[in-house]
Parts: sequence; C-alpha cells; structure tokens
Amino acid sequence: MTLKLRELTEKTEQFGSGHALCAGCAEPVAVRQVLAALVNPPVVALATGCLEVATTRFPDTTWKVPVIHSAFENAATTISGVEAAYKALVRKGRMEPRPLTFLVFGGDGATYDIGFQWLSGALERGHKFIYVCLNNEGYMNTGIQRSSATLLGAWTTTTPAGDVRPGKLQWHKDMTRIIAAHNIPYVAQAAVHNWKDLMTKVRKAEAADGPAFINVITPCDRGWRFDTDKTMEVSRLMVESGLWPLYEVENGVWRMTGGGQKRRPVIDALKSQKRFSHITTNGDESVVAEIQRRVDAEWESLQQLCEMSARAESES
Amino acid sequence: MPDEQAWREIAIGGTEINPGSTERVNTGAWRSEMPIIDFSRCTHCMICWVDCPDACFEISDTRLAGIDLDHCKGCGICAAVCPTHCITMVPESSVPVKSSESGA
Ligand SMILES: Cc1ncc(C[n+]2csc(CCOP(=O)(O)OP(=O)(O)O)c2C)c(N)n1
Ligand code: SF4
Ligand code: SF4
Ligand code: SF4
Ligand SMILES: [Mg+2]
Repeated sequence: MTLKLRELTEKTEQFGSGHALCAGCAEPVAVRQVLAALVNPPVVALATGCLEVATTRFPDTTWKVPVIHSAFENAATTISGVEAAYKALVRKGRMEPRPLTFLVFGGDGATYDIGFQWLSGALERGHKFIYVCLNNEGYMNTGIQRSSATLLGAWTTTTPAGDVRPGKLQWHKDMTRIIAAHNIPYVAQAAVHNWKDLMTKVRKAEAADGPAFINVITPCDRGWRFDTDKTMEVSRLMVESGLWPLYEVENGVWRMTGGGQKRRPVIDALKSQKRFSHITTNGDESVVAEIQRRVDAEWESLQQLCEMSARAESES
Repeated sequence: MPDEQAWREIAIGGTEINPGSTERVNTGAWRSEMPIIDFSRCTHCMICWVDCPDACFEISDTRLAGIDLDHCKGCGICAAVCPTHCITMVPESSVPVKSSESGA
C-alpha cells in the first residue's frame, strides 16, 4: 500500500471550509487526513468539543458526509448503535449491504475522561468502527481546562502556574496502552505533522477485523500558547522528544512507526510551548527533569514490548 | 444568514441538511497575513494541501492551482511546511483587498 498525495487530491474533499476552528488548529488537519485516507464512505459520530462546536453551527455544517452528534460522552455508543442498526437492516433485507466505515472523532476530554466507559464498552462489544481521539491535552472548547491527558507541569486555567504550584501536578493517563489492553485488532498513536504515518494507520484501522483506535496528537495553538504557524513543528517536537511516540499494536504485535527511534531531550518540545514557560525559564529544573525521567522509563517499556513482539513473531 | 427559521420549521433533532454550507462564511476576514505562492518554485508536492486546516488549496489535475482567500485564515502553516519555501506570508494591508472580503 503506497499513499501518494497527488493521487489523494483527486478524491472529493469531504470536510469543507468556513468552520470556526482557530487559525492554525490541528484538529481539522487530522480530520482531513483521516477522511482522505479512507477507502469507504464514512458515517461519523462526533463527541462535543472544539471540532463539533465549530463545524456544526446551526443551520450550517462543514461536513459533506453524514455526521451525528448526540452528547459529550457517548459518541462511541452512538456509533455502536449506527453500526448495529446497519447490520440489522441488512439482515432483515431492508437495506442493500454496502461498504461503509463507522468513524468517531472525540477530544481527549471526551475520550480519556467523560466518555471512557462508553468507549471501553463499545470496544469490548466488538463493534466494527474506528475511534479517532484528537488529543490536544485539555478541555479546549470550554477554555483550556486540564484533562487526564494534560502533561505534568502544564499551565491550564484549572492548573495555574505560580509560586505555590508549577502547573499540573499529576502524570497523564496512558490511554493508548489502556485501549491496547482491550485486545482489539488495531491500536495506534499518530501525529498531524506525519501525514503518511497517520494515513497508513487509518487504512490499517479501516481494514481491521473489529474495532480500531487511533490517538492523534493535535497541538492547540490557543491552549498550548504557540504561534499559529508552528503547529506542525510542535507536533514533530512532541514525537521526536518521546513525549508522543509513534507506534501501533496490530493484532497484539507492538511496533514503532514513523522512523522515530532517535530521541531529543524533552526540553526542546517543552520550550516550543508557552504553557510550560514557567518550568523552562525559572531556573528550577526539577519538573523538567521529572518529565524526562518518566518519558525515558515509558520509552524503555515501549521498546521492550516491541522487542518481545518481534521475538515472538520470529519464533512463530 | 439565510432567512431565519421559526422554531416550528426547524427539523427535529436540529438536522443540518446542506453539506459543506459553512463555506458561505467568509473566514478570510480573520486574516492578518496572506500566503503568496511563487509558482516558479512549486513542485506540486501537495504538502501544503494536506496540512492546511481550512482546506484552502485549489487543485486542478493534481497540480496546485491557487489559494481560496475567502476561507484562508492566514495561519502560516503552509509557508512553514513548504519544502521549497515558495510560500511567503505578507501583511494583509500590503495587498489590495478583494471585493468579497471588503464588505464584512
Ligand atoms: C456532559 C457535559 N459536560 C460538559 C460539557 C461542556 N463541554 C463542552 S466541550 C467540552 C470540552 C471538550 O474537551 P475535549 O473533549 O478535550 O475536546 P477539545 O475541545 O479539546 O477538542 C466541555 C467540558 C458538555 N457539553 N457536556
Ligand atoms: S482552542 Fe485549540 S483545539 Fe480549539 S479550535 Fe482553537 S486551536 Fe483548535
Ligand atoms: S508545499 Fe510548496 S512546493 Fe509543495 S505544492 Fe505547496 S507550494 Fe508547491
Ligand atoms: S495560511 Fe493557513 S489557512 Fe491559509 S492557506 Fe496557508 S495553511 Fe491554509
Ligand atoms: Mg481536548
């Protein structure tokens, strides 16, 4: 499977313009890349969040494919219902079978926090759908509140940085590995700056025999405090520093992707975002050192999983 | 805005039935800097197309043809990612205003 951009431009764009997402927002970039990569026409369910709010202002829509929005927390349940209804209609002869891809976009708040049990249930029931998490590490649509995806030390409006506290105090939840523990056919981490890696993962997710989950880092210039033209550079730094490793778990086999084996210090990524300026410029290096220590440990554990998978594969 | 609808006329569930209709919103008015392409150096690699948040790159026969300035918000991502550096961001005030953008 080779993906060529010039060929992909020939596909009719399924997500338009005139939406109200901020200039430089990574969320619509991820959406456009996902939709461009799909082979089948999609049916989309959206969780509440910047993407949904800014693309479906009544009476308008930015979407050119069917989209359902129900509530903040239940997009995975909504798409489960759509998939089950489709199967029932085909079974009863009331609809011709057709190639369709059932797709969800949810933010990190929707995915890691409020929609967690709904997503977990849909994965366990085994519905055939792709869940794409647009992870900007915060509840951006309601004004940059911390979520369980927010990095340690980050400033948000609910983790203010000052003399008493250096931003967020907790380490983030590793949602991708939690999803991998559901033993579904396809799980991956991707990033907007690497379109080829992201689109390849979407193709694999679409072809998977069951539920698939892709966690995409989507830097938010508004909440992470960087200039609007730096979105792709910040995304790249998140990956290259090991804060967001690109990998996939395909039928239980763990694999690093996107050529990202070499790493640079986390400080390079932290410095690109003013939400960390209090820990990168105050002379106290303890928070940065703690982030580096945890990233090193997680990286090591990820490499071990990949090596174990490679060994198991070569032995079988 | 189209004619305002009375509540009885709104479809149940608030269904929006005009695919892509936000295209009537002129987000080009947000811009403070405008991307200008030097086509003599463009290789038609389409990196700008795949990274634009606002789907602004116009394509004709798999070649880059122009930028939709009624929707470009001037973020500058395209200029930052172009491998041949052939997109330049220039201050909006230095280019003549297009008629569709003047009457906000
Ligand atoms: C049950 C419920 N609680 C709270 C809200 C308010 N709300 C709307 S969007 C949002 C934040 C969404 O954050 P996330 O899922 O990370 O998406 P983002 O906006 O960051 O893309 C919140 C708290 C809501 N709509 N419904
Ligand atoms: S607040 Fe962040 S995520 Fe929301 S539209 Fe703006 S840049 Fe995008
Ligand atoms: S990124 Fe640059 S070289 Fe490539 S198509 Fe766009 S303008 Fe042309
Ligand atoms: S400046 Fe931003 S919105 Fe405008 S064409 Fe470039 S990437 Fe798209
Ligand atoms: Mg978020």
